[in-house]
Amino acid sequence: MKNSIAERVFDFIKVFPPFSLLSNEKLKFISEEVKIIYLEKGKTVFKENDKYHDCFYIVRNGAVGLFRTKQNQKEMIDICDGGDIFGLRALLAQENYTLEASANEEAIIYGIPIDVFQSASENSKKINKYLITTFASNAFAPYTREQSDEIFDDYIPKDNYDIENLQAAKYTKKTISCSPETSVKNAALKMSKHGIGCIVIVNKENFPIGIITNSDLKNNIATGKFPIDIPVKEIMSSPVKSCKKNITVTEAQLQFIKFNIEHLCVTKDGTNHSPLIGILTHHDIVLSIGNNPSVLLKEIKRAKRTKNLRSVRAKAHKLLQSYLDQNIPLRHIVKIISEINDAITYRVIENAINKMHSAPPVAFAWMALGSQGRKEQLLYSDQDSALIFDDVPENLSEETKAYFLKLSGHITKALHKIGYEYCPAEMMASNPEWCLSRSEWKEQFKSWILHPDEKAILLSSIFFDYNRIYGDQSMIDDLSNSIFESLDQSSMLLSLLAKDILLSPPPLGFFKQLVLEKNGEYEDFFNVKRRALMPLIDAARLLILTHNVKDINNTALRYEKLSELEPENKELYDSCSYAFKALLKFKTKQGLINNDSGKFINLETLSKDEKLKLKRCFKPIREIQELLKFRFKVIS
Amino acid sequence: MFNNIFKSKKNYPEFFRTYLDSFKKSKNLPLSETRFIVFDTETTGFDKHEDRILSIGAVSVVNNMINVVDNFELYIHQEIFKSESVKIHGLLKEGHIEKVTEVEAIELFIKFIKNDVLVGHHVGFDINMVDQMLLRNNLGKLKNECLDTGLLFKQSKHIVYQQNLKNYTLDDLCDELKIEKVDRHTATGDALITAIAFQKIVARLDKKNNLKLKDLL
Repeated sequence: MKNSIAERVFDFIKVFPPFSLLSNEKLKFISEEVKIIYLEKGKTVFKENDKYHDCFYIVRNGAVGLFRTKQNQKEMIDICDGGDIFGLRALLAQENYTLEASANEEAIIYGIPIDVFQSASENSKKINKYLITTFASNAFAPYTREQSDEIFDDYIPKDNYDIENLQAAKYTKKTISCSPETSVKNAALKMSKHGIGCIVIVNKENFPIGIITNSDLKNNIATGKFPIDIPVKEIMSSPVKSCKKNITVTEAQLQFIKFNIEHLCVTKDGTNHSPLIGILTHHDIVLSIGNNPSVLLKEIKRAKRTKNLRSVRAKAHKLLQSYLDQNIPLRHIVKIISEINDAITYRVIENAINKMHSAPPVAFAWMALGSQGRKEQLLYSDQDSALIFDDVPENLSEETKAYFLKLSGHITKALHKIGYEYCPAEMMASNPEWCLSRSEWKEQFKSWILHPDEKAILLSSIFFDYNRIYGDQSMIDDLSNSIFESLDQSSMLLSLLAKDILLSPPPLGFFKQLVLEKNGEYEDFFNVKRRALMPLIDAARLLILTHNVKDINNTALRYEKLSELEPENKELYDSCSYAFKALLKFKTKQGLINNDSGKFINLETLSKDEKLKLKRCFKPIREIQELLKFRFKVIS
Repeated sequence: MFNNIFKSKKNYPEFFRTYLDSFKKSKNLPLSETRFIVFDTETTGFDKHEDRILSIGAVSVVNNMINVVDNFELYIHQEIFKSESVKIHGLLKEGHIEKVTEVEAIELFIKFIKNDVLVGHHVGFDINMVDQMLLRNNLGKLKNECLDTGLLFKQSKHIVYQQNLKNYTLDDLCDELKIEKVDRHTATGDALITAIAFQKIVARLDKKNNLKLKDLL
């Protein structure tokens, strides 16, 4: 009987070793016995210490991750892509699996029965040799063996990695400096003589008081704004930021990011009021370590393939873990990780545009929604996105939309490969409903605001937190303006939203017990996202909308803005901001432990201290709900 | 026609009696042990009385696994032939592919599907075509439980889109579920695509990991 499926299996496996070493006849024999297995993301094929199966596997579509557990931490060893083989070593050695294999993204794999494979490959010296060398070289994915050293570098965290970050940063000791009265020309000559990009201005006691960099010279002198013979004190940046000589790499990085500067003056006691002993530049830091945000960002900008981006994102995940371990303030962590997330999305879009056969027909913008839109996405989470393109004449509208839908398809697929799951509710730009022209979007928001229904309420928690990732900002500003115009006309949506928020009960029950999930897979777990984070996020959004504030999406920042706008409620808003950050940290830590989104917390794993801390975060939730009840006159 | 209705079961051939008898005891297996037969037919057209089945392709899915050995593919020799459908399925009246008669095809197909659950995209049409073929050959209709991937897909959509009454084609499913379109419009190719779509849809519906067969039916 004809077997078309076996023929397709044959067509696929024949190009990959060790199958490529077998004759067609034998391959056909194997192909007929293959099992085709579908894996949803996260589904496990085998666990560590499981008894070996009767088949080994080759990835057909998608990717499968190999993990090992080390000190109770799941560590990714390798990712197998299309054509890579896994789960063979245990079979040949007839021992339990030493690694876990689970789908890194949605995948289809072929299971190849070992007895069939062995009887087909019997006495094939070539195959035996191939297998022996493969295992000897310790590569788990034979097809990528040539690159396996590289892969290992990417995925196996170096043991000294944490130490590196906590090491004292190496700074330049021979600092070139000058007095405030030196002319700009002489300072520039000095810089050029020493081949350096900046010069520190010191007072008589050698305390740093200012700095001049190449860009200061460019902006102030070369433009003709100031004459070349004025004293440096006229154009220097002052005051400077100083630090102690034993500042760690991580601390220095944070200073750079926090103050958006590139240089730190190293002084004897770390303040501006002590003698200069050196200078620490951003460049020094970049050189001193390999795995840091700036290096990752550079890597992202260069990445040509989705695979490269996936490995960068995996590194960022490690970075996140070490930041949390070092107890670095969450707002800095969030900032760094969201920069990386945004940069990855940006790069994915650039690559996707290159993949299209023509340039985008009109201006467009890619918006992140939900947690990425709020810049609160720390772990891998669902994709939420929308696309807005400029209006076109009616006769072109169909083909324009088709172009952007295709583009969005490429983008969401790549993001999925990197690790961001598809949004189960399909709130993604690849869905025709969320890939709209400028005027369609305006209409859409207008109809949600003026004629709110259940759907509008459901969607507004996602769509009102939009943030541009790529493309034309003016279009998005235009959209925001139109949204606030509509909100001025009717506050119906806002009061319905308030009512909706009040439907989620405060997370503490009558006896101060945490409200736990009652059914499903997570029975008796605490849903920190739904019960604690969402009420805070929703309340912040609603309140900020009533104040007509645009462009602040981050929940913590929204509360900070609110306490500025309503000083009488400052205490409440500040405590909300604090609670939000604490809860987000809880969720992120849980997610890292369990390798999931961290939504569900198993209370049994928390210490008494942690439980108390968690409960303390709930007070502001109750209070903010009271405020909403009062302000929106919701009768419960 | 009347003959069929009054015909007693006893005149059915052995294989068909076994088939009917197998439905007497209910199985009530968990989803992971249920054998699903995902199938598709290529026909000369869409009229259930006039048109004929040219080929049947089927794969079995047990516990999210498609076993290539346990598949079914055959081509049926038919007197009725419509050249306009050739451009869709590519099956010639006298091709070089080995073909069997309707009677042979029925016996093979019934023995393959047993009393397991049939799955297909817009499966009503395919069931109808098979039923007509059975009746033409003095047998009874199929008794298996059936699942339609078109309907299941709609159920798997988020509540926001459920009022959307769109009729999803197999191509739509491939696009939305990101399934490669290989061997489209061959019975086996479509059956394999449908099987993968079926698995993806069930995974979406079974987020809580406690789905039962009766939830799907």
